[in-house]
Amino acid sequence: MFKRHGLSVFAVVIAAFLSLPVIVIVSYLLKADGALWQHLFDTVLNDYLVNSLLLLLGVGTGVLLLGVPTAWLTSMCSFPGRRWLSWALLLPLAIPAYIIAYTYTGLLDFAGPVQTWIRDLTGLGYGDYWFFEIRSLGGAIVMMSLVLYPYVYLMARAAFLEQSVNSIEVGCSLGYSRWRAMWSLALPMARPAIIAGLSLALMETLADYGTVQYFGVSTFTTGIFRTFYGYGDMAAAAQLAASLLAFVILLVLLERYSRRRASYHSAAESRARADLIPLTGTKAAMAVIACSAPLIFGFIIPATQLLFWAVFEAEPLGWDFVTLAWNSFSLAFLAAIIAVTLAIILSYAKRTKPIKPVRTVIAMAGFGYALPGTIIAIGVLIPLAWADHSLIALFESLGWDSPGLLLSGSLVALLFAYTVRFLAVALGSVQSGLEKIKPSLDHAGRSMGHNPLTLLRKIHVPLMRSSILTALLIVFVDVLKELPATLILRPFNFNTMAVRAYELASDERLVDAAPASIMIVLVGLIPVLMLHASIARRRPH
Amino acid sequence: MIPMNLINTFILPAVAASLLTATTAQAGDIVNVYSARKEALIKPLLDEFSATTGIKVNLITGKADALLKRLQVEGSATPADLFITVDVGRLHRAKEAGVLKPVSLPSLEKRIPKALRDSESYWYGLTLRARPIIYAKNRVNPDELSTYEALADAKWKGRICLRSSQSVYNQSLVAATIDAIGAEATQDWMASMINNLAKAPSGGDTDQLKAVSAGVCDVTIANTYYLARLINSSKEAEQSVASQLAVFWPNQLGQGALGRGAHFNVSGAGFTKYGKHPKQAQILLEYLVSATAQAWYAEINNEYPVVAGVEVSEALKGFGVYKMDPIDLETLGENNRQAVQLMDRAGWR
Repeated sequence: MFKRHGLSVFAVVIAAFLSLPVIVIVSYLLKADGALWQHLFDTVLNDYLVNSLLLLLGVGTGVLLLGVPTAWLTSMCSFPGRRWLSWALLLPLAIPAYIIAYTYTGLLDFAGPVQTWIRDLTGLGYGDYWFFEIRSLGGAIVMMSLVLYPYVYLMARAAFLEQSVNSIEVGCSLGYSRWRAMWSLALPMARPAIIAGLSLALMETLADYGTVQYFGVSTFTTGIFRTFYGYGDMAAAAQLAASLLAFVILLVLLERYSRRRASYHSAAESRARADLIPLTGTKAAMAVIACSAPLIFGFIIPATQLLFWAVFEAEPLGWDFVTLAWNSFSLAFLAAIIAVTLAIILSYAKRTKPIKPVRTVIAMAGFGYALPGTIIAIGVLIPLAWADHSLIALFESLGWDSPGLLLSGSLVALLFAYTVRFLAVALGSVQSGLEKIKPSLDHAGRSMGHNPLTLLRKIHVPLMRSSILTALLIVFVDVLKELPATLILRPFNFNTMAVRAYELASDERLVDAAPASIMIVLVGLIPVLMLHASIARRRPH
Repeated sequence: MIPMNLINTFILPAVAASLLTATTAQAGDIVNVYSARKEALIKPLLDEFSATTGIKVNLITGKADALLKRLQVEGSATPADLFITVDVGRLHRAKEAGVLKPVSLPSLEKRIPKALRDSESYWYGLTLRARPIIYAKNRVNPDELSTYEALADAKWKGRICLRSSQSVYNQSLVAATIDAIGAEATQDWMASMINNLAKAPSGGDTDQLKAVSAGVCDVTIANTYYLARLINSSKEAEQSVASQLAVFWPNQLGQGALGRGAHFNVSGAGFTKYGKHPKQAQILLEYLVSATAQAWYAEINNEYPVVAGVEVSEALKGFGVYKMDPIDLETLGENNRQAVQLMDRAGWR
């Protein structure tokens, strides 16, 4: 029995364990406080909903517009600068949304250099001229689109690159033009990947607190924190978070339903690349502009501003920055390995036995991504502290010294929280990589008497190498940027670069936060460059 | 990717080591602190404390409510001895949540005035933070200003900037106003004041000060240490912002609510119920109200000391002396929830 279902059972246990924090949060629904809900409903809930929906709509459109065309151009066409643009387009991923928001506010605010310069030049005063109000819903949409589009870009590009050339060639030989082939074949075939990237961007948007809070936009998430911090009502905050989750589940189900019968693996297993479509003249210039604009606005401008602040205006970092960088790096590294390993096991279990219990529990394990980090952290803290208390009771009954908070007070809690929060990221990438491998390979392997784990190691993992690397990269960078869960769960005397940047920024010392922010970006660049090197090695063109 | 041997030799052992050290915060001559006060604004003092007493301080900083939740969940196993916040509402919340224990210490009671500590000794105030009106010198005649309530007047239409209602400092200001003029009047006051805003609330106190200086609006309400920090800044742009601003102490004249005094809040600390190092925690708390520590707060972060006779910074002296609202600080905590509700109703985002 276990031999036949071992992998499924193992996967269900892991996934159930990872779903614990989400279940803890959802269970708060049982203790609803009618009066507070009535008040929220009467006053602010409507605003929260409308703003959150507009934000989702805006960021969704933004990341698709920035991510898909750039992915297509860099993977299918040739134009000057394509090679380095193809990896440089990932760079905005390294900038946390709240930091890009602070940075652009510093630049574009009424008191910032741009508007001051306009006023000095024209002699106009505030209100005499129109200028884009960065602290607004629109501003939040632009900021988040600029740093979240790489999710779509990465996934879409990986999909375009892994697409069997034959499908496109067949399309062309049937009389499709190259562009027609893109619309009718490549894009629909890349759909699972694009949707995976889009849903990551949207879940991140829903979970964001730093940006919307700074811009004074009331969204569902600011509502959750207002309820938690303002009313001191953790239960009601958790209930709001649970309703947020219900919304996410609805979206996920809708997406599933819309592609219920489609399969996305290609029958042919061609590794050959079609020639890139050469672009010249105006077309090449437009491609360069389209691909460099997201890079300039999403990375070069904010990074330059941060660097300027860090070098010329901020208090310099002390020597403890080495410790901070090491803490951030090692946590992100470990979390990425853990999350991606678990994601591979879970996805593969689902592939070998796509039965309902396995699918359901894996889907649940991925929902942590849509919840704000603070809420996840509390969902992690409660079961771990319970386990700690049980352990302490056990030790004391044996007459031993209390071990203290072994789990909830150590980095175990943080790693657990990161895995819960970012498993969806790893799952998204790994699953879309796995989906492209045709099942007949599995059948062939099984009929030759190999067990599933051998197949996974020998066949699937090598075939989806770039998807796995992508997953590692995203989780690494996400953990590097992660703040709220780190803030609550970290042990004594333990800080990361994100914590340092946040502490200074929330003390309204934005400029002094710049060195730590720049460090986050720099450490985040390491895996981006490694990923590039690794993919470039595989596809030397 | 990184070679496996590098991972095995360096990264894994290092991480394992930090996993282990993280759990050893319970033994020895130490004190463990959960602090909502930012590291930069407390660590130097704690280092000084360790150097003089030999007691090691372990610190976790974070948001008050999150730390409070952590204390609650950890229960009797919590390693924390001292809980420090920057707002009395959160101290009150901690007391209500049952994570603090009353500790009556003559050494502290002698130094901290009765109004600035809990009547049942659950918490002690450490510094004072005043939240007056700040105005643009070239566009506002101080005679135009009088009370917080008067900012509801139509003459301020389009001339006010305010931080959002998420700010605990605004919440405690509203909590105090409820006590002074009643809930209904408070809501009306806020609704009219919100109507006078030049722009939707966003950003922090410093952003409001910059907005006033840039001419977006003429007055705002902000904590004084933000203005003092701009005054003392080494950056010309920040000094120039500060040079255009002045402090107005509201509600100084008249009877009753009118002349109740300017709003202030305290940062403070309480002993945790299950702390394992009460003795060391006491020594630390006594240190934090010592003349040295109090002068440090006044000088470095421009907060007002709770202990009489401690010199304040030049910037604070420049703001003048003022009458404080003598409200019972516990009331601020008790009214906090209602304050947020009224802010929701009045449309203060």
